[in-house]
Amino acid sequence: MTQIRVGIDIGGTFTDIALENRGVLTTCKVLTDSARPEAATMEGIRIAANGSGIELSDIEQVIHGTTLVTNALIERIGAKTAFITTEGFRDVIEMRSENRFEQYDLNLKLPEPLVPRKHRFTVSERIGPNGEVLLALDPEEIERLAARIADGEFESVAIGFLHSYANDAHETMMENALRAAASELSISRSSSVSPQMRELPRFNTVIANAFVKPRIANYIERLVALLRNQGIDCPILMNHSGGGLISAETAAEFPVRLLESGPAGGAVFAARLAEAHGIRRALSLDMGGTTAKICLIENGTPKTANTFEVARTYRFKKGSGMTVSTPVVEMVEIGAGGGSIAAVDTLGRMRVGPRSAGSEPGPACYMRGGVEPTVTDANLLLGRLDPKGFSGGKIPLNKQFSRDTVDHRLRKAANLTVSEAAFAVTETVDENMSNAARAHAIESGRDIEKFTLVAFGGGAPLHACRLAEKLGIDRIVVPPGAGVGSAIGFLRAPFSYESVRGLFQRLQEFDVDEINAALASMESEAQAFVRAGAGDVPTATRLVAHMRYAGQGWEIPVGLTYKKFKRKHRTLILDSFERAYAALFGRTIERLPVEITNWSLTVSTDTPPVGRLEPSLKAIPADVSGHRDLVDAALRKIVAAAEVRRAEMEPGQWIEGPAIIFEDETSTIITSAYRAVIQNDSSILATRKVN
Amino acid sequence: MKPASIDYQIMWDRLVAVVEEQATTLVRTAFSTSVREAGDLSAGLFDRKCRMLAQAVTGTPGHVNAMAESVSHFAREIGQRNIFDGDVYVTNDPWQGTGHLHDVTMVTPVFREGRHIGYFACTAHVVDIGGRGFGPDAHEVYEEGLLIPICKFAEKRTVNPLLLRLVRANVRTPDQTVGDLFSLAACNEAGMRRLRAMLDEFGTDEIAGLGDYIIETSRNATRKAISEVPSGTYRNKMQVDGYETPVQLKVTINVAGETLSADFGGTSGMSSLGVNVPEVYTRAYACYALKCAIAPEIPNNAGSLEPFRVTAPKGCILAASRPAPVSVRHVLGHFIPDVVLGALHAAMPGTVPAEGASALWNIQMSARPMNPESGLKAHEILMFNSGGTGARPQSDGLSATAFPSGVSTMSVEATEQVGPITIWRKELRQNSGGSGARRGGLGQIIEIEPRNGYDLWFNAMFDRVDNPARGRAGGKPGSAGAVELTDGTKLRAKGRQFVGNGQRLRLSLPGGGGYGDPHSRDSSAIKDDVEAEYVSMNEARRDYGYKP
Repeated sequence: MTQIRVGIDIGGTFTDIALENRGVLTTCKVLTDSARPEAATMEGIRIAANGSGIELSDIEQVIHGTTLVTNALIERIGAKTAFITTEGFRDVIEMRSENRFEQYDLNLKLPEPLVPRKHRFTVSERIGPNGEVLLALDPEEIERLAARIADGEFESVAIGFLHSYANDAHETMMENALRAAASELSISRSSSVSPQMRELPRFNTVIANAFVKPRIANYIERLVALLRNQGIDCPILMNHSGGGLISAETAAEFPVRLLESGPAGGAVFAARLAEAHGIRRALSLDMGGTTAKICLIENGTPKTANTFEVARTYRFKKGSGMTVSTPVVEMVEIGAGGGSIAAVDTLGRMRVGPRSAGSEPGPACYMRGGVEPTVTDANLLLGRLDPKGFSGGKIPLNKQFSRDTVDHRLRKAANLTVSEAAFAVTETVDENMSNAARAHAIESGRDIEKFTLVAFGGGAPLHACRLAEKLGIDRIVVPPGAGVGSAIGFLRAPFSYESVRGLFQRLQEFDVDEINAALASMESEAQAFVRAGAGDVPTATRLVAHMRYAGQGWEIPVGLTYKKFKRKHRTLILDSFERAYAALFGRTIERLPVEITNWSLTVSTDTPPVGRLEPSLKAIPADVSGHRDLVDAALRKIVAAAEVRRAEMEPGQWIEGPAIIFEDETSTIITSAYRAVIQNDSSILATRKVN
Repeated sequence: MKPASIDYQIMWDRLVAVVEEQATTLVRTAFSTSVREAGDLSAGLFDRKCRMLAQAVTGTPGHVNAMAESVSHFAREIGQRNIFDGDVYVTNDPWQGTGHLHDVTMVTPVFREGRHIGYFACTAHVVDIGGRGFGPDAHEVYEEGLLIPICKFAEKRTVNPLLLRLVRANVRTPDQTVGDLFSLAACNEAGMRRLRAMLDEFGTDEIAGLGDYIIETSRNATRKAISEVPSGTYRNKMQVDGYETPVQLKVTINVAGETLSADFGGTSGMSSLGVNVPEVYTRAYACYALKCAIAPEIPNNAGSLEPFRVTAPKGCILAASRPAPVSVRHVLGHFIPDVVLGALHAAMPGTVPAEGASALWNIQMSARPMNPESGLKAHEILMFNSGGTGARPQSDGLSATAFPSGVSTMSVEATEQVGPITIWRKELRQNSGGSGARRGGLGQIIEIEPRNGYDLWFNAMFDRVDNPARGRAGGKPGSAGAVELTDGTKLRAKGRQFVGNGQRLRLSLPGGGGYGDPHSRDSSAIKDDVEAEYVSMNEARRDYGYKP
């Protein structure tokens, strides 16, 4: 068993480090160096190693996650990329779904395709839906094209042909021709990066992969070299979007799998915490300075999806980005954070976000040049933050600055007093988050009232109780170390690899041989990637079929037991589909044929065992250091809240709401409707008072 | 400690979230392609006086006012004394619902502490409603399918079994259609649960005060926005292909201070086929266009719609009267924004786009085995496709993008998986965007061939083949559409036609009009267009006077 491990999460502003030494965590945050991310990483590791009293060479495993891929796509900084596709389909990525994501905006701007039209090339070839060749590829034509691309100063090439998920022969021939013409070229092929049906997401995915691949591969190389140079000789692994680990080499080949790497770590963190506390259904809320991310976790597993929209050009607006098909922990992200800016719209209504003051200049109360009122300013005015104790006293908060900006920009326009306006800001942001969370639960066919809220990130503890009130949730867990949740999550993630394959079949005409052959090849592919990181250890295999009724345009995921299928298993698969369908939509449709479109198979190592915590019952009242006026939103009045220092609370100590539990990085607000008990792992468990 | 207005604002946000969730539930549970891919559905909350307080923004502007008006028909027909807790009402009457029989509207009264406080309503396009099926070929609405007059789907929670039997007996897809009826009822029920939770949270039993707040705030904001449009009378007319003969669409807009009226007097008379538009649908698309140009930020509700008065003379093609066939009323409906925006151009120069392809080029195909004894199965295939939108005053038009409809296209790979056709081409159509300082959006070219063993029949319902989208402010028109075989054989733009095995159908979709004088287009933009092959070098020389 590896004893000393480091998790590193490179975010846009901060790089978070979590070092675990024989079960004891040491964490720190350093500023991200966007030009040389590996330098800040090294600095953080050194600080953490010092804190833990170890030598760098003692480290036995480094696990890394990063937003670099996402940022490269958002900022469109990547390789000069060519795209080669089937003749007649040059514009798939430009025509998208042919729809508009803003119904009433006459000046709508659509996202620019990542590869402009002049860099998109076609070859005359055609594979049919069953993998049959409708038009053969002409070897001379592809040689000519390969030569042209070799002369075109491209760094990277993406290949995406129609129906290549069913037959990759033409794509492979094209790849070979390119390799022959230009051996240095970075090449990504859609039948290898994302072999799933539907050309738009598949082409987007292979293009995104090609676009970031040279830079990410180079970065990983630099990082590995630097770590080695400093005496860290252990395995270096990456956390992928699906919440599992892969080798650095695999990550460099398929960087598109790192898109949600950091947030996925946060979801793993919440999932492990939920497991330890015996929580079967958890709603994780990760609220930072700019966004809030919401994820459903059931039985210790975060909900996953096989498509994901990245680089939205209209902040958080569904449809304004590019949809890629890659396995991902499914999260809803909305523009709600401490830095979210409040404004009054033309109808006199309070609006909060998605614009954010971020950490620079930050909220007005930071006194760093921020002039617009933010959620943090409102929290300060409502007594929820300690002006002197914020960030351990490192950032003094100035209430007067908050008051001035609210007075100046919100009070008159909204026709409210300053404290009413501040209240309207926090209620609005809480309403935005609760609406997003509820909508996500509804889309997933779940009742949100039955979930326990797991709140982490700097902002979540301030808002968790109010959010729970709005959602009808009775239990909230606020874990310690919440500021570096993703980095801790990396340390808790299993090795895993999800292999996907488009294979269209009607269940009635279930061709077992074809399916068994495909699944076997997916299994060995996934096994190989897992072994590359984990070595020869026991693994588990999960199988999901994406199924629908004939005539429907989208599928639902149906979990199946992985085995060699026989024809008689059709009824079993049908039963599983009907159960999944009914769970989502409340009904099944009789007599309609059922279809399978895509398969997904995940091989993962066993997750590190989670020590089950005995719940701490309330035993001893906490020491109250004072009282302070706090606006209780549900009661709509000012209440005297007890002030308690989290660091001084022992497991089993409890406090009745209204209370404010202070710590260095944030405060946990316990509203009048809840009481809180410290748990054995120092988490705060808040439960609704029973009247 | 705080005034009611904060509560009202929060509750308003919540109501919008509730109706959006209602709509999401419907999209996911309803069966028909039109709901799923085209967002052909709607959901809304009404107060007891039948005033709409919130409506989901869905893919189709065609439901905007249609739904707002329909609830008052329900209240009147059912009668206040007959409205009970646990009731659900239904209709698909084109003149009392949303314009054709395929759209089923359901209304559920909301009770609180035994008092009737409002209604939830929702509409969705069902897969099949009997009759001839979805197409323009009927001569009277009776041929277009089953008409369910306003009646009780359920009374005090008991569903009317006779109604279900009637529906089942009259449609081709009884399971899906009846299933969709239950989905509609369930989505209102879900909305109701959420509304009750909100009333609990805010400790109130009524929505009347909230309704007044929403409506007054929205009405005032809309009036203020209208008052910023210079007063005057603005006219526009536009000719489109129509079905049997060209159709003239005419509008006169009157802006006087805070009021605006639009009348479609002078528009052509009714067609003998199902392209006629009930007035309620005309109002919806006219209002949509007016809102886009004048007050896009204000949510849809009774207050924000009231200041726009839209009328069409009874008996014209935009105010068809019973028993006119109306099945594909969306084709002409989609042109209404072009007409309305064109009139507004004089009032608000520099705001509205040039004309676009506008009407969708949806194609319904029937693949039939060449040899009936071959054992091959027949297949029906539906594709949604869009041409280019008109150029905007500040930016180029959008290529191959739906406007005003919000339809999405389907994946070619997915389409080929379910139907025996090969789509050889689906890409942008060079030179089809109207030249201008801002270029019109490009149309697209689609080529389709029946696969081995099959012939293909398709139903053409295409427009802008004889009447392309016009440019604005000196911009040139977009390219007209074309329907042909790849061997050059011309086909008709309307009606059922044949593509034999071995032949390929080619659809060239119209482009959007240009905006402003092409010669004033930025030369780097022309260079980019030529490099990207959106525009050929010849065209760039001819239309833009471009010299590389």
